[in-house]
This record gives sequence, C-alpha cells and structure tokens, in this order.
Amino acid sequence: MLTLISGDRPQSRILGALLLLVLLALAFAPFLFPGSRSLETAARICIFIVLVASYDLLLGYGGIVSFAHTMFFGMGAYGVGIALDRLGTGWGAMGLGALAGMALAGAVALVIALLSLRVRAIFFAMITLAIASAVAVLVSQLSGLTGGEDGMNLRIPRELTPAFRFEVLGLTVTGKILNYYLVFLGCLALFLTMLRLVNSPFGRVLLAIRENAFRAEAIGYRVVAYRAAATTLSAVIAAAAGALFAIWLRYVGPSTVLGMEIMMDILLIVVIGGMGTMYGAVVGTAIFVLAQNYLKTLMGGLAEATSGLPLVPDLLNPDRWLLWLGVLFILSVYFFPTGIVGRLRGAR
Amino acid sequence: MSTAPTHAPTMTSLSLAERLKPWLPVALVPVLMLLGFLAIPSSSSWLTLTLAGLAMGMMIFVIASGMTLVFGLMDVINFGHGAFISFGAFVGTSVLLMLGSWTGAPSLMLNLLAIAAAVLAAMAVTGVLGLGFERVIVRPVYGSHLKQILVTMGGLIVAEQMIFVLWGGHEIVIARPETLKGAITFAGAALEKYRLLAVGVGLVVFLSMRAVLRRTKLGLIVRAGVENPEMVQALGYDITRVFVGVFIAGSALAGLGGVMWALYQEVITVHMGNEIMILVFIVVIIGGLGSVEGCFIGALTVGLVQNYTAFLEPKLALVSNIALMVAILMWRPMGMVPVVKAK
Repeated sequence: MLTLISGDRPQSRILGALLLLVLLALAFAPFLFPGSRSLETAARICIFIVLVASYDLLLGYGGIVSFAHTMFFGMGAYGVGIALDRLGTGWGAMGLGALAGMALAGAVALVIALLSLRVRAIFFAMITLAIASAVAVLVSQLSGLTGGEDGMNLRIPRELTPAFRFEVLGLTVTGKILNYYLVFLGCLALFLTMLRLVNSPFGRVLLAIRENAFRAEAIGYRVVAYRAAATTLSAVIAAAAGALFAIWLRYVGPSTVLGMEIMMDILLIVVIGGMGTMYGAVVGTAIFVLAQNYLKTLMGGLAEATSGLPLVPDLLNPDRWLLWLGVLFILSVYFFPTGIVGRLRGAR
Repeated sequence: MSTAPTHAPTMTSLSLAERLKPWLPVALVPVLMLLGFLAIPSSSSWLTLTLAGLAMGMMIFVIASGMTLVFGLMDVINFGHGAFISFGAFVGTSVLLMLGSWTGAPSLMLNLLAIAAAVLAAMAVTGVLGLGFERVIVRPVYGSHLKQILVTMGGLIVAEQMIFVLWGGHEIVIARPETLKGAITFAGAALEKYRLLAVGVGLVVFLSMRAVLRRTKLGLIVRAGVENPEMVQALGYDITRVFVGVFIAGSALAGLGGVMWALYQEVITVHMGNEIMILVFIVVIIGGLGSVEGCFIGALTVGLVQNYTAFLEPKLALVSNIALMVAILMWRPMGMVPVVKAK
C-alpha cells in the first residue's frame, strides 16, 4: 500500500479519511449512486482529478504558471476524436489517436518550454495564454478536421456503449459501466504515476527549483531541463486525461475541452485544494464539482429572496457564480496559500 | 634593464554592422512596410493596409505601454490589465450614447468634444479602478510572480463579472461620430478618417510619454527605478508612490485604449479586454518587458504583420502573430529592446 502511494502519506487523519471516502465513492459509483447523471458526475470528477493533478505538477511543484493546459487536454481529446472519425471505429484507432494526441501535446509543450523558460519563467504564462487562445480559434475554424464549433460525435467500440449488456454474478452490467471503469482505472493509474513522479528524486529537484531556482542551478541542476521535463510530462498526462474524457463523453467540442472557463476551474481547484500536494487535486475537485451544483441553487434562492432590492439580485444571480468564485480565489491566495490540504496537515 | 614595452594601441573603429546592431529593431517597421509594398500588388491597397496596421498598432501601444512600465518599475505582472480595457470601453460607450445629440451632429467640433468627454470619463474611472486594484489586489503580493499572476487573474474574473452585473452581458453597438465616418481618398487609396485620428492620438501619447520619461525629473526617477529600485529608494525618493502613480496612469491609458478600440470596432463585448490582451502580451514580450520604445516598435510590427497577412493569406492571419513572436524570440530572447537591470 505504501509503495502504491509512493510513501506520500496524507499526514492528517481527516485528510486520510476524505481521500479514502473519495476513492471508495468513485470506485463503486455505478452501484452506490445509480442513475446516469450521478455516473456522469463521478466520471467528470475522475478526469478532473487527473487534469488538476497534472496542472499541480506544473504549478505546485514546478512553480510555473501555464494557461495552455486546456489546449493539451484538448489535444488528447481531439486526437481520439479525429482518429475515430478518419480510421473508423475500433480499439486500434482509439489507442492510436490517444497516443498521437499525447505525443503532439508533449512535443508542443517542449517547444514552448524551451522557447520561453530559458529566458524567464513569467514569459511562459504570457506565451501559453497567447498560443492557447490562437489554437482555440484555429480549432473552431478548421471545421473540416475538427467539426468546428459544433464539435463531433464519436463512435466508440460497441463494448463501451449503453447498448452492450452482459451479466456477472446476477448483476446486469452495461457497456456504460465498463466505460466508467476504463475511465476510473485509467485515471487511478495516471494519478499514482504522478504521485510516484513527485516523490522521486526528480520531484525533489523540482521542489528545490520552485523554492530557489538560482540556488538549484548553483548546486548543479539544469533548471531549464528540469522545468521543460515537468512541462512536457504534465502536458502528456493532461492529453491522456483528455483522451479519456472524449471516450467517456463520446463527443469532442471546443466548449467541453478548450474553453477558458475550464482553465479557470483548474486554477481555482489547484489553489483551493492546495498547491504542491497532489492530494489537493483529489479533495479540491470533489468539493468543487459538488459545490458548483450546490452553490448555484443557493444563489438562485437568495436572488429570489432579495428581488426587491436594487443591484443585490443581480449580484446573486446564479449566472454570476464565477464572481464569487473569483473573490474566493483571491482570498484563498492571500489567506490559505496552502489550500485545504495544507490547512488539514497544519492542524494535525 | 630592459626598456619599457612600447605602447601602441590600435584605434579601429567599430565595423558598420556593429554600429548598426542596436538600431536594428528601429529599422524593423520601415523594412516591414517595404516588404509589404513589394508583396502587395496594388499600391493603393498597400496604403490602406499600412494605415490600418499603424492605427491598430497605435491602439495596442496605448494599452500595452502602461503594463510594460508597471512591470519594469516594480516587477509586477498584471494579468488583470484587460479588465481596464473593457471597463474603459463600457464607460466611454455609455457616455457617447448619452451625448447622442453631439455625436450625431455634423460638426467636427462637437464630435471631438463628445469623444473627449468619453475618453476623460473612461480614463477617470479606470484610473480610480487602477488605484483600487493596486491597493487591494497587487499590494499584498509584491515580489512573488506566481501569486501575482494568480491574484490578478482572479481580479480579472471579478472585474469582468462586475461588468456583467452593471451593464448586462449583451454586446453594445456604438456608431462613430458623424464627421469621423467614411474615408478620404489620397493617391487613389481610401484612408478611413477614424484610423488617421487613432494614429494621431497614438503618436501624441508616445511622444508625450517619451518627453516625460526623458526630459522631466519624474521621468528620470521612473527610469532610474526601472534600472535599480533599491538605489532610488536609498536616495530618498518614495518609489512606491511613484509606482502607484505609474500604475494609475497605465490603467487610465488602458481605458483610453478601450474607448479607441470600441470606436474602431463599433461594437463592444465583455470579453473584448481579454481578446486584446493576447495581442498586448505578444507586443510586450517581443518589445522587451519594461521598455516603452520596444513596446512601440512591437505594437506597430504586430499591427502591420496582422493586416498584411490578413490581406495576402487570410488563413495565416491568426497564426501570424504567434509566428512573429517565435521568430523575434529566437532572434532576441529578451525582446527587441532588452531592459538592462542592475543586479
């Protein structure tokens, strides 16, 4: 067990219990919470945990801010989408598309990293922002290849669709549930890989660079090489998560994988969950996705209750939930820079 | 005893190439115009495109100059700069819509007065907003780039959502004032009047900024502060106050740029600030973070390249700016006019 989580203990009873709860809930989601809507939420949580954790690898461990993470996520998703579209339905096409997407993401990340990180780390934030928005526009314009704004519906192998049914131990299992377990196990494997990565000597060097890049360079570590490697790895993992997302949704489109809103969500979750902890991604994502639904209902109720007042109902309109998340985000950067996980570990 | 060695220094002057090297970025804009002239078959459309490119570049410069100075002076990177653009555009547009009788009148005087009123209102609002932004959002995170990026991004979200709350999320159509509509014909080319005005305003901003930075004591303190803030502080100048002033001025300029852009596009949306910020980032990076001259050259280059490629090869227009940025970063990794920092 300890080797499986690479010796990175939760270091807090409450955190350990929370992690176990999330793991068990996700592992048995199809049987604990029947219904397609809750299964949808569970799969989204799985994929976002990996996506956020891969961003944490960059932000929390590497100390680099990127705004192109959804671009890499999208490369994986569109890799699968385009491969299934061009090569026809099949396991081979699906795997090939995922691998191609991951390879492309890694290559692009490496080029951006080498171009910008050798000068200044903050160049990276600006350059990724510029490139990611250009790519997002490009994807919606190249409608012949990507389906444009409408995106494209994917035909995945029949074994993964709800139409496929078989019986195990008297339980009827649909292809949808198989698909969920593909997502769940894929995400679990990716997450454990990342946990292994950050607790390896490589991860230690990254932490050293984050704390003091100049000193790390002086000790003899090639700062640029380590940062570029972290960027590339994080992009490849994000692309893998994107591929799983495309397979799960059976759809890819600019709004589901490339939107700036998703980038904002990732940033919020990493900061609120706790930068540089990996477990922050798990706890943060679970809380965020649940709060997203809950907060909107709450705000809708409050807006109705205050409808007589000027301006207040507008501020509480459920569409303005990003406003409050933004405020929460600023406050948490100031007052809880270590996030939920840091708080729990500190309170030990 | 040996004789002292003879001392015969060789006085070779720098070669022409070496002497030209620092001036290469300055030559970039004329060279680009020349290349455009050679590539574009009709000279009248070349003139139209060049004016369009220069107008666009000037507007981006007005917006980007404040941001680059803020970075140079205090090492603060403000991702929320786009919020000032949007706020400026919305305030300016509201004023222009209120002064409908002035903008609709066929008198140049009244039209310019209406624009001046809109610009002043927008600059006042964004200036105050900048002060608040600096106090509340940027002040607590001096010295940490990571936190600055995160917090200013959060500030951007909040500011954008406030525009939704105050103005609603609809895009607003705003027509140019009566006498600034249409174009004048010069040497067979149609030159839009508003673009000429934009180029004029941009030039005035650039020249007055240069004059302040080069000829006044305040400018001297700002330039010294960019090079070595601790030393300026040690000499008894309150660099923080100077910095707040620069931040407010930069925000107000972004507001001015927002109004200019609104009248250029004749439609404003909540996300316009974000869209322009992408160009602003490219300009600031290729110009050299912290350098006003570099920012000016970079802005004109981006404007020209964008307009030329949009005419020659419309499909490439989108990636042209990215390609330009990559090319310039390979040529000069620190930007065209690198800022020398005393360490």
